[in-house]
Amino acid sequence: MIPVCSVDDVPAGEGRSIDVEGRRIALFNTPTGWYAIDHACPHAGGPLADGIAADCSVICPLHERRYALDTGAPIGHAGGPVATHRVQVLDGRVCVALGEDAGADDAAPAAAVAA
Amino acid sequence: MSMDGTVPGAPGVVVVGGGIAGQAVCEAVRELDALTPITLVCAEPRLPYDRVRLSEILVSGASCETLALRPAEWFTDHHVGTLVGRRVVEVRAAERLVVLDDGAELPYTALVLATGSDALMPPIPGIDQPHVHPFRGPEDCDAIRDAATTARHAAVIGGGLLGLEAARGIASQGCAVTVVHLMDRLMERQLDAGSAALLERALGMDVLFERQTAEIAPDRLRFAGGDELEADLVVVSIGIRPQAELGRATGCAVERGIVVDDGLRTTVDGVWAVGECAQHRGIVHGLVAPILDQARTAAAAICGDTTAAYEGSIPSAKLKVSDVPLVAIGATDGDGEVVSQDAGRGVYRKLVVHEGRAAGAILLGDVRGAEALLGLVRRGDEVEDPLAVLAASAEAGPAEWSDDTQVCDCNGVCKGQITAAVTEEGARTPREVMAMTRAGTGCGSCKATVVDLVALAAGGEVADEPAYLCPCKRQTREDLAAVVREQGLESVSEVSAACGTGRDCGACKPALAYLVSEVNANRHREERHARFINDRVHANIQKDGTFSVVPRMYGGVTTPEELRRIADVAEQFDVPLVKVTGGQRLDLLGVKKQDLPAVWEALGMPSGHAYAKAVRTVKTCVGEDFCRFGLGDSMGLGVELEKAWEGLHTPHKVKAGVSGCARNCAEATIKDVGLVAVGEGRWQVRVGGAAGGNVREADVLATVDSRAEALRVATTFLQLYRENADFKERTYDFVPRWGLDRIREEVLGEASGAALRERFRLAKAAVTDPWLERREPYHPRQFTDLDDEPAAAREPAVVGPPEEALR
Ligand SMILES: Cc1cc2nc3c(=O)[nH]c(=O)nc-3n(C[C@H](O)[C@H](O)[C@H](O)COP(=O)(O)OP(=O)(O)OC[C@H]3O[C@@H](n4cnc5c(N)ncnc54)[C@H](O)[C@@H]3O)c2cc1C
Ligand code: SF4
Ligand code: FES
Repeated sequence: MIPVCSVDDVPAGEGRSIDVEGRRIALFNTPTGWYAIDHACPHAGGPLADGIAADCSVICPLHERRYALDTGAPIGHAGGPVATHRVQVLDGRVCVALGEDAGADDAAPAAAVAA
Repeated sequence: MSMDGTVPGAPGVVVVGGGIAGQAVCEAVRELDALTPITLVCAEPRLPYDRVRLSEILVSGASCETLALRPAEWFTDHHVGTLVGRRVVEVRAAERLVVLDDGAELPYTALVLATGSDALMPPIPGIDQPHVHPFRGPEDCDAIRDAATTARHAAVIGGGLLGLEAARGIASQGCAVTVVHLMDRLMERQLDAGSAALLERALGMDVLFERQTAEIAPDRLRFAGGDELEADLVVVSIGIRPQAELGRATGCAVERGIVVDDGLRTTVDGVWAVGECAQHRGIVHGLVAPILDQARTAAAAICGDTTAAYEGSIPSAKLKVSDVPLVAIGATDGDGEVVSQDAGRGVYRKLVVHEGRAAGAILLGDVRGAEALLGLVRRGDEVEDPLAVLAASAEAGPAEWSDDTQVCDCNGVCKGQITAAVTEEGARTPREVMAMTRAGTGCGSCKATVVDLVALAAGGEVADEPAYLCPCKRQTREDLAAVVREQGLESVSEVSAACGTGRDCGACKPALAYLVSEVNANRHREERHARFINDRVHANIQKDGTFSVVPRMYGGVTTPEELRRIADVAEQFDVPLVKVTGGQRLDLLGVKKQDLPAVWEALGMPSGHAYAKAVRTVKTCVGEDFCRFGLGDSMGLGVELEKAWEGLHTPHKVKAGVSGCARNCAEATIKDVGLVAVGEGRWQVRVGGAAGGNVREADVLATVDSRAEALRVATTFLQLYRENADFKERTYDFVPRWGLDRIREEVLGEASGAALRERFRLAKAAVTDPWLERREPYHPRQFTDLDDEPAAAREPAVVGPPEEALR
């Protein structure tokens, strides 16, 4: 687990990106918990951290494809999934474990943090 | 387990294939018999959807969910078990058992094969390459759409209905496309030479005729004659191949499709076949209307009606993707025909007669009377004077049609049924009638007629259609606005919690953000996570994730000093591109998100709002100060207008223009709001213009006597639009939807106008320059990612007009 930021760093309901060991990750602070997925949209590389997050999914700001934040699965379109990573909140620090083949079960959300 | 939680297994009807045919069989059986267990096996990973409307996905990129034929609850409510993403791999007819791909077995009393067809992919060398696509399912549409955004030139092989639809879809993505056709005219099976030539002209597409593709190379097509066509995206649409394998393996007789009799029975006892996999009297029907007839007959036969018989259908085709109206019915040639043609207007109307009876019709450019002619051909009516019949068909409106005139071909609904739904069953809106009768729910091309008929039956009184703000809420904009008002909701989260499912939804958050701010006259709790990224950082996101910045230059007028500053900023921040926009502003493209605050600080100009659903720019011509034709101060008025409207959010972007005379150099007549000087201090106020995918000339709302009055009327209209348009509804859709008369009444009416202006004043009082957030961000990381330095923190605040303005 690599500490990436403090719980106050990502505004409630939004996402921010960060470089973790050479990989660009998007971190989301949502009412149901923290999620980490790859920052680049599998479609055309759109910045997913800049998307609109709601109901455990994010909508890419470029062409509005939707992905589940917990599993990375595409929602409502036939594109590929986005890789997910494990997140944990320890003492107010948000920590990420890169999942090379980050699968669905790996990505249980960390508890929600009131911001 | 099936989707509705019941365990399929009790013998009953098993339907293989969740296409339009499979769905129709389930519905028709259920209508006749409420109890028989029905199980629908769908190999595709979704419940049945409307394949006919697939090109909508190609054009809009919407998800296939929007095309669902029935919502998931329908299957639960009607006790139809569904197995989605599963495939029947074997039928053991002797044991009356089907075997699924995971080995599960399902007994049946009646089995219906509705396995449909695949796109025909001929064995042309190179057809297996990734840039070659069929046009058949949602995955194909997604793939074609994606490819079209980057392809240089596309080719569609096949000039039939579907090929033209695909070509239009690709063209709508801005990709050049050529249709390649084997024959010497388009849609040769439905059209004669005369109408095909007119159609070709009307479509305005590049078409190559009499070309047989011999090879598909990665970047071009090679034709049998030796010539070539550049193409890095290829769509093949030359016909269908019935999926008859399962039928053949079951022991059914198979020719082109699975052979069925008039009761849609195959040659194997207890097995029926319906839809594009079936061959009836030698014909495989590839259209929805015959398939639905087949489904009704098969259902009757399955439920024990031994006399149920399907006698074939008259093919009729409508072109639905373009603004070229076209209906082709039955035969293209007979022993007699009359044609009325007006090549100049692109109108071609033909009635084909064979042995004294109506046998076919082609209507292009003017499809009035299509329903009546279809009825004529379908019944094979005797025609004594074809010319008179053709002429009369164009005259007869829905009011004159007989009750058995078929309106919806897809679902076989006649005028009488629609009338009855209104007069006998009390339906009030077209939507209710459509749900009750299913008219208009197929390809949708008859929707407008259904609406007319409902109005007719209701004596002109039609209740408004609910247009949901978002399907997740099933509430209209007005409903939601009422809730916001009544409960005093101040933020998007509060609205989300109070409405619909109670959950938030990414698709409608921006619409709700607009709604709470508009209803509360801009005084609301601003939640940035509900806003699109452009509104979170006040710049326009570009395809590489950088942003573009457009400083405000009122009326398109600037000073050397401003220009110098803009130039300095461009240099200082290595801005890769400086561009003059369509709205006469300077666009700095390629700015990094974390540089935005510094860029604004250095510019020291207000936000050009070129990124938001807001009032954007007012374009002006030079007008009377400098132009020798000028009749009014277009620049001055433009600057005034832009300042008056600056910073206001609107349902969609609003672009305005002011021209100094009718020469219209500012193109004011194709703007959302346009002002044109007409001399002696008078101004024309125009609204609802567009110069986008569709061009629409703005309507003249009023011609007024002074500049102040022009400003006032335009502003009153703006507020009316702000309050009443649906989110993402541009004025050019709003104006025709509301109607110019009603808009005039509200805007020019003394009391209504004054009320609108008062609410405008309140909203305007709350406007601040969002670019000032550079100094006071709403969150330390408003503009930065986690690896950049954050700004200092700030408490979130209620935004809104000063208290005194509210009084
Ligand atoms: C883009 C497009 C536009 C069209 N426009 C029009 C139009 O304007 N008007 C019109 O009348 N028609 C139109 N059509 C044609 C119309 O869509 C078809 O005639 C109709 O959808 C065929 O329905 P079907 O149910 O017979 O077959 P299909 O839609 O092909 O459905 C068959 C289903 O069965 C499934 N299946 C196959 N084998 C198995 C198995 N072993 N186990 C389980 N499931 C199986 C398949 O996966 C498929 O989902 C259009 C077609 C396309 C592609
Ligand atoms: S619209 Fe008329 S006034 Fe304005 S620049 Fe053109 S010609 Fe001159
Ligand atoms: S880049 Fe994400 S949807 Fe296109």
